[in-house]
Amino acid sequence: MSKLNKDARYPVTMTLNGEEVTGHAEPRMLLSDFLTHEIGITSCHVGCEHGVCGACTVIVDGTVMRGCLTLAVQADGTTVETAESLASKDGKLSELQLAFKKHHGLQCGYCTTGILMSLTAYLEENPKPTEEELRDMLSGHLCRCTGYVGIVKAVLDYCENSTE
Amino acid sequence: MADVALGKKFLGQPVERVEDEILLMGKAQYSDHLPTRAGTQHAAILRSPHAHAKIISIDTTRAENIPGVTAVMTGDDVKEMSEAFLIVLRQPINQWALAVEKVRYVGEPVAIVVARNRYIAEDALAEIDVTYEAMKPAVDQEEAILDDAPIVHEAVGSNVVSTRDFTYGDPDDAFAAADKVVKMKIRYPRNSQTPLEGFVVTADYHQGENLYDVASNYQGPFTSHPVMSMALRVKNSQLRMRTPQWSGGGFGIKVQIFPYVVLICLASKKVGKPVKWVEDKLEHLSAAAAAPNRLIKMEAAVKNDGTVTGFRFDQQDDYGAFLRAPMPGPLYRMHGILTGAYDIKNLSVTNRVVMTNKCPSAMVRGFGGPQMYYGIERIMHKVATELGMDPLDVIRKNLVPAGVFPYRAAAGALIDSGDYPGAVERAVKEGALEDLKKRRDEMRAAGKKYGIGYAAIVEPAQSNMGYLSNILPRDERQRNPKGGAVANATVNVDPLGTVSVTADSIPQGQGHMTILSQIVADVLGLTPDQIKVNLDFDTAKDAWSIATGNYSSRFSSATTVACLKAAEKVKAKLARIASQTLNVPADQLEFVDGKIRDPSNPENGINFYRAAGSAHWTPGNLPDEMEPCVRETGSWSPPELESPNEKDQINTSLTYGFVFDFCGIEVDEDTGEVKIDKYVTMHDSGTLLNPLLADGQVHGAFAWAIGCALYEEFVYGDDGSFLTGTFADYLVPTAWEVPEPQIVHMESPSMLTPLGAKGIAEGNCMSTPVCLANAVADALDVEDITLPMTPTRISAMIHGEEKPPNNDKPAVTIPVKGEGNVLRGTGETFVPAEPLEVWNTLLDPKALAAVIPGCHALDLIGDNSYEADVSLGVGPVRGRFKANVGLTEMVEPKKATLSGGLIGPLGASQGSGHVFLEAADDGTKVSYDYAIELTGTVASVGGRLLEGAAKALVKQFFQRLGAQVGGRPVSGGEPWWRNLLRSLGLLK
Ligand code: FES
Ligand code: FES
Repeated sequence: MSKLNKDARYPVTMTLNGEEVTGHAEPRMLLSDFLTHEIGITSCHVGCEHGVCGACTVIVDGTVMRGCLTLAVQADGTTVETAESLASKDGKLSELQLAFKKHHGLQCGYCTTGILMSLTAYLEENPKPTEEELRDMLSGHLCRCTGYVGIVKAVLDYCENSTE
Repeated sequence: MADVALGKKFLGQPVERVEDEILLMGKAQYSDHLPTRAGTQHAAILRSPHAHAKIISIDTTRAENIPGVTAVMTGDDVKEMSEAFLIVLRQPINQWALAVEKVRYVGEPVAIVVARNRYIAEDALAEIDVTYEAMKPAVDQEEAILDDAPIVHEAVGSNVVSTRDFTYGDPDDAFAAADKVVKMKIRYPRNSQTPLEGFVVTADYHQGENLYDVASNYQGPFTSHPVMSMALRVKNSQLRMRTPQWSGGGFGIKVQIFPYVVLICLASKKVGKPVKWVEDKLEHLSAAAAAPNRLIKMEAAVKNDGTVTGFRFDQQDDYGAFLRAPMPGPLYRMHGILTGAYDIKNLSVTNRVVMTNKCPSAMVRGFGGPQMYYGIERIMHKVATELGMDPLDVIRKNLVPAGVFPYRAAAGALIDSGDYPGAVERAVKEGALEDLKKRRDEMRAAGKKYGIGYAAIVEPAQSNMGYLSNILPRDERQRNPKGGAVANATVNVDPLGTVSVTADSIPQGQGHMTILSQIVADVLGLTPDQIKVNLDFDTAKDAWSIATGNYSSRFSSATTVACLKAAEKVKAKLARIASQTLNVPADQLEFVDGKIRDPSNPENGINFYRAAGSAHWTPGNLPDEMEPCVRETGSWSPPELESPNEKDQINTSLTYGFVFDFCGIEVDEDTGEVKIDKYVTMHDSGTLLNPLLADGQVHGAFAWAIGCALYEEFVYGDDGSFLTGTFADYLVPTAWEVPEPQIVHMESPSMLTPLGAKGIAEGNCMSTPVCLANAVADALDVEDITLPMTPTRISAMIHGEEKPPNNDKPAVTIPVKGEGNVLRGTGETFVPAEPLEVWNTLLDPKALAAVIPGCHALDLIGDNSYEADVSLGVGPVRGRFKANVGLTEMVEPKKATLSGGLIGPLGASQGSGHVFLEAADDGTKVSYDYAIELTGTVASVGGRLLEGAAKALVKQFFQRLGAQVGGRPVSGGEPWWRNLLRSLGLLK
């Protein structure tokens, strides 16, 4: 990446959930701030801003990333997916989302979107994790509300019964 | 009863949540997403690096000159523009939204910068110069009460700001007649459930109306609303508070937004524009709120058969630096139920409120219950141990018996319903306790440390707004009696017959919309998805009262009732309208499947929407004197919530559920880890409104309780520095650490709430930590158990205290003032130059400036003393510091002592070290040792990074020294912290 001037604002263009969007960011602006305050999506939640809680998790060019540890300018020219991409265009929840609903896998929902993004990438590689593997993977996320029970049940149920 | 009033088609069923769709899609608008007006400014807050210090001066000039900065405010501005916050106690404990004259805890707000964006505001913080004069802090609650302790609030003259004694029954007699007196001293740590979403406040001051319009994820109780409006010197109606229906968790903590609401309001007034502030996690962990740590000295009067005839409590709560309303709630919220689940008539209590130089305490889920039950249930366990009885038999012996409800507990709680012995036996059977006991025997036979723990607790819900009155002397509280708890909800039916609901419950993720929709659907014969619940709340438009908000599990026993009442009013009105057309008396009509009809002739009915529509379209046709439109508000306050009586008895809550837990744990002797093998939790929370959501609350409380028992604690150094400022230091359990408990339910409907429901969201916060502690006590056969039971603590109990490894010991012991966060180290390096050359470099300011990593300037300010301007950072934080370094005990060219300090917005440090120079082949062997004491942000966030960072920094210093002396002047290079971040994988 070429050298950027710290006080200038740069155009950042990305394919966000299948649509090209452009905004402007100073070099130090976080991707999480950019998505929320520059683009205006509402799923990239900031829980800790230091990489521990996972609430800000998004997928950048196929790789799961923390929005709070990524700079917006790093995401220029990339393809970014957030939780807004999971339901169908006409607003039908995906089977994984429906499983969360069925098993009460969320309360305040603040951690949920990040968890869904991690799961989306993870389950592609590991479609049938054991409960132990799943809990290990989920340990990259903090949830203060659910005690994780509903989350684990939802994912195992989805893996067992998904028709997708 | 509920079953009669409602069809119970949806209520009581595990209905999936109406909230979930929008949340799962990521479309919910939390506070940070709410629209703001163009021109909105952003705030950042400068916080104290000291636990206790006088503010000598604050120079904001440089910060104000930064382009993009709109204003900088300090305590002086705030004091001029506002009043100190009203508190419950009549004591001169004055707190403003920014520190005035002195700081009293690390993290206390000292100044606020308002700027075009948050990034600029944070930059400007680094340019505010505050001169402090450090004072000795009162940190430990037991030391804070000693005569020579530093005083947190001089005007009070003591750190013990309230002492109240209470006696119920005849405890002296009970103790005199006891076969045995069992005593215990118990400590409960500081912790908090730390919602993922931090505090958010946007304030917009409207000059013409002298009105503050605030949007915030504040959660109530709205007893704090007058506290804020009085601080702002406006009428209540001039402080408009709006709270969004989506919140990223609250757990009680978000009541403590209120001082920031005032701060941001003042900032908006000052700059004449809306101002927004979003709290970050370091601010949250260090300065938002903590449940008070408690010291309990407890005694039980015991008969040889295990009957406990009396309790004596001496409870001392550490509220930190200020008493923000509703503090000292945790000491009084449980007061009526101080005898827990037991039929104990004799009780004496001393409650002490202690101030220290720590973050002010606040409401946190469980609100006094975790502390109190840690005392009660630990001592019940000890009673069993001392009598050689099974702990469960001691519990059984003392439980409030079946069939005595409503039962008046010694200190005044009116327990509404239950069957405690029945619940215990059901849990024992369904949870297969006998099998667990067998398992313990087998595990022990195999040489394992295995234990079983029990806890029985009563879970209160819907606090009596008068519960704090007991802190005042009788005559004083009689002059201004307080009691009750009002809830409000409104049901509206629009011209097309669609139903909407609002309420004052300020949800934080529990699923209130779903339950309200279940209630209204049942009353009106509709389905939950036909009921649109909107829980955005606005004091300018909604029905509200002081009890409004989300706390003390008030939703299921209070808001639901207000909603039921509103729905029933709507039903009555529509029935009257329908009765005109159907020619059937209104009270004989039924509401089923969207129809209002005659049950004996279902053909004779009209559509719900048609009946409702006529109130809008043809009001002239309404029955006599009926008002048009369909909008009804239900308000409810239970008569059982009275103010304290002349015997100091108080019914502190409306409903009382019962929780009984038991568990099996194994302690790993090698690692000190506590492994939860089995956990059973029995809940009698009255009628369950939605079992799916009820279990969700149990799971959430349980997970946090696991944190409290095993991981979570706000840790302070002896100097008051805060040491747990990130989620890498304050450990929160993940999916890996939280097992799924077995939940057993029993339903004894409350006779005091029309729906029969009680609270369920806090029970495990109270029962689980002590249940696990009892199990560990059983496994290790120890009495003194300190939470959290970390591997280090458990190992110390098994193997004795761990000795620090030898190689970390400094060659020379360097004394430090306190033991805050102290880094010590030693090392040596080789420099290819004569000792004298090295020596001269150390004394040459120019050369030294090139050697010190991150040094911008270095000046000689006296004999061998320097002042330097350096940039340093650890992990995610980085800042500029002023350093003062002096060289003493100099023996040219052999050794010198360096000492000095750093001060900057991120904290302060004091340290010293020794340097030894020794000629070695073709050069000099340089050896050194150091001890550095840290306070402020750097101490808070660094836990696991600092040790390595200091080592890297010191090493880099000597490498650069070598390079400098060796004639290879050091180039700019990369700052040391980048190397560190890289080695930690945080930087590419
Ligand atoms: S906000 Fe990014 S990991 Fe917590
Ligand atoms: S649902 Fe609230 S943090 Fe997970």
